[in-house]
Amino acid sequence: MLIKTIFAGFGGQGVLSMGLNLAQAAMLEGKNVTYLPSYGAEVRGGTANCTVAISDEEIASPVASSPEFVVAMNQPSLVRFQNQIQSGGLFFINSSLVEAELSRGDIEVISVPANSIAEELGSPRSANMVMLGALTKKSNVVSLPSVIEGLKDTLKNKPKLIAINKKALMAGYNAV
Amino acid sequence: MKKVYSRPKSLKRNHFHYCPGCGHSIIHRVMTELIDEMDLQDKAIGIPPPGCSVFAYHYFDVDMAESAHGRGAAVATGIKRAYPEAIVFTYQGDGDLAAIGTAETIHAANRGEKITAIFINNAVYGMTGGQMAPTTLSDQKTTTTPYGRDVKLEGYPIRMSEILALLKGAVYIERTAVNSPTNIRRTKKAIRKAFQSQIDNLGFSLVEILSPCPTNWRMNPLESWQWIDKEMTREFPLGVIKDITGEKNAD
Amino acid sequence: MTGNSAVGEAAIRAGCQGYFGYPITPQNELTEYMAAHLSRRRGCSFVQAESEIAAINMVYGASLAGVRAMTSSSSPGISLKQEGISYLAACELPAVIVNMSRGGPGLGSISAAQSDYFQATRGGGHGDYRCIVLAPSSVQELADLTHRAFDLADRYQIPVIILGDGMLGQMMEPVEFKHEAPEEPPVRSNALRGAKGRPSRIIKTFTSKPTELEELNWSLFRRYQLIKKEETTCETFLVEDAELIVVAFGIAARIAKGAIKNARTAGLRVGMLRPVTLWPFPAEAVREFAKRTKYFLVFEMNMGQMVEDVRLALEGKGEVFFYGRPGGVIPTPSEVLRVISRHYYQEGLR
Repeated sequence: MLIKTIFAGFGGQGVLSMGLNLAQAAMLEGKNVTYLPSYGAEVRGGTANCTVAISDEEIASPVASSPEFVVAMNQPSLVRFQNQIQSGGLFFINSSLVEAELSRGDIEVISVPANSIAEELGSPRSANMVMLGALTKKSNVVSLPSVIEGLKDTLKNKPKLIAINKKALMAGYNAV
Repeated sequence: MKKVYSRPKSLKRNHFHYCPGCGHSIIHRVMTELIDEMDLQDKAIGIPPPGCSVFAYHYFDVDMAESAHGRGAAVATGIKRAYPEAIVFTYQGDGDLAAIGTAETIHAANRGEKITAIFINNAVYGMTGGQMAPTTLSDQKTTTTPYGRDVKLEGYPIRMSEILALLKGAVYIERTAVNSPTNIRRTKKAIRKAFQSQIDNLGFSLVEILSPCPTNWRMNPLESWQWIDKEMTREFPLGVIKDITGEKNAD
Repeated sequence: MTGNSAVGEAAIRAGCQGYFGYPITPQNELTEYMAAHLSRRRGCSFVQAESEIAAINMVYGASLAGVRAMTSSSSPGISLKQEGISYLAACELPAVIVNMSRGGPGLGSISAAQSDYFQATRGGGHGDYRCIVLAPSSVQELADLTHRAFDLADRYQIPVIILGDGMLGQMMEPVEFKHEAPEEPPVRSNALRGAKGRPSRIIKTFTSKPTELEELNWSLFRRYQLIKKEETTCETFLVEDAELIVVAFGIAARIAKGAIKNARTAGLRVGMLRPVTLWPFPAEAVREFAKRTKYFLVFEMNMGQMVEDVRLALEGKGEVFFYGRPGGVIPTPSEVLRVISRHYYQEGLR
């Protein structure tokens, strides 16, 4: 089974670290995984995205032309990716910042007020982890313990942040 | 009988292929004398350029490697970084160092690479047949400025040594000439100082040498010596341009 | 780990002591990795050069001095390095050059492309020479081939090019390193380190005698023959009963593999030949397949470059189709599957 997820949002929203964490968790579970960030001038101007592919078999292309899951942290990402998502796919929307008006009915929208939840936790910068928590529960690609374990690696240079990120992950997991 | 003069040990027994009156052979001689006197033969690595002196390795009995046109300072950087015990010198003409290799030269100097550039300024491209060089004087006739260098169209003679002196990584820069016994002695002293600053690990050093090219200047050797004094030194005054070797402690 | 970082780590573990580079997307992470990790190692140097031209000439200098040295860039920067690569080839000096290629011509795009195949496999600069060209298709293989590149460069005294692409450089995959970095990397015995206890040494090609240069060219090409014999490498995938062979390299081969798996599920007998060495090209392997099947589909992310080597190898024996996407467009496995199916049915292979 090959599952591709696109994470998209403004630079600074932690879009790339969401993807990295998911990739790390999949690697810990012994799955094949690729992580491909957008790069160059594109990410300087504000919007960033990355693609994570997870599979039990070798992964052919790390690019997702029709991803199973898309996480939109801001409005431009909603516009850009809503038509790419696979029929029957899940569209995770950061409802704190994004107004969801979709023109298609063959995908399921999961609204998560990620920024509000993060603020309630006293850590507004952890909105990305709230979102990742929600994705973890709904997508069922990797387990929550693996994602939490993955934090140890992705935050190995900032170990102090592990606790709050873990809290945000759990909050997102329980919110959906 | 006391021997007072002989061929330097590090000068190979080959006949110079240079034109009569050319400055290269004098400079080679001076440099190999210094390599002997400073005991550098077993650690010197020379980088000759494309140009008349491309065959410098026929004369210098030290390790040498050819470089692409203008890239001497970058090649020397690579050698010196990989093997800091070496004494590395480039041997470059005005086109090589001050036109096609400007960037390499300026940045090696700015990084304070511990290398020595011997910069032969003869105001023309010699081997290719006397075309305009970046150091060609205003109104000077060359094969590509047949009516004389028009500074409005072709720019001004570039004073590379003065430009390089502005860079903090350059520790010793002097301009000399090889058009008289006195000037030749001064040249030798300058190159000694430059090599010494490299041995002391101080930074980038360069000696610019005004050197006659009678063939392309369409002069006889004597006239070309006089032309250096009369014309070239007006644009390119001789002397020490920068010396901060005393300010730094050798490490 | 990103592909770019994996190359850096593998290079350090291969005993690379000199890295010289200039920023260009999409390979900056490699330069940054070396700045962070190589520069701190004893006896090693990292220089951010003033240009790609200066960088390759620093590699030339470090290689002269006998250490393992490398540079990396992406397509437009690799064009600038060609001067130095020609000199390295001429002076028979080992070096590793990484090209995380991007769309061209000109400034092009920063997206992954394979349009530098000709440049890499035909020498690239002036004069008659070749570089060994390695084409990885995963981050793991990037690491493995980086190590192999340094070994090949030393064994044959030749510049070796790793032809990756922007996607391989940027993407992350798990990677395992099979070697530990050596404590004291060896110095090549023919290095320029001063004429101590031996006659002075000259490294040069320029000569006024054409026959001398002719002999150098002959000796280079004799070595190239040996490399062809010893080092040609390719991977095959589901070829045993294949009626259509897809030939693809690098990231395109990876995409093709996905397409072929799906084609197999649909009952199409399709296999793949993936050259790992682009030069030397596995012509012999291609010719072998021509004994069993007639049909070849060459798939590249360019307008058709390797396809010429496939045709040359086949010497008119097979039927060669081509599918390419230039400019940095990344085709999908399903797109390639459609092309495979179309040719398969058109040729009546069912």
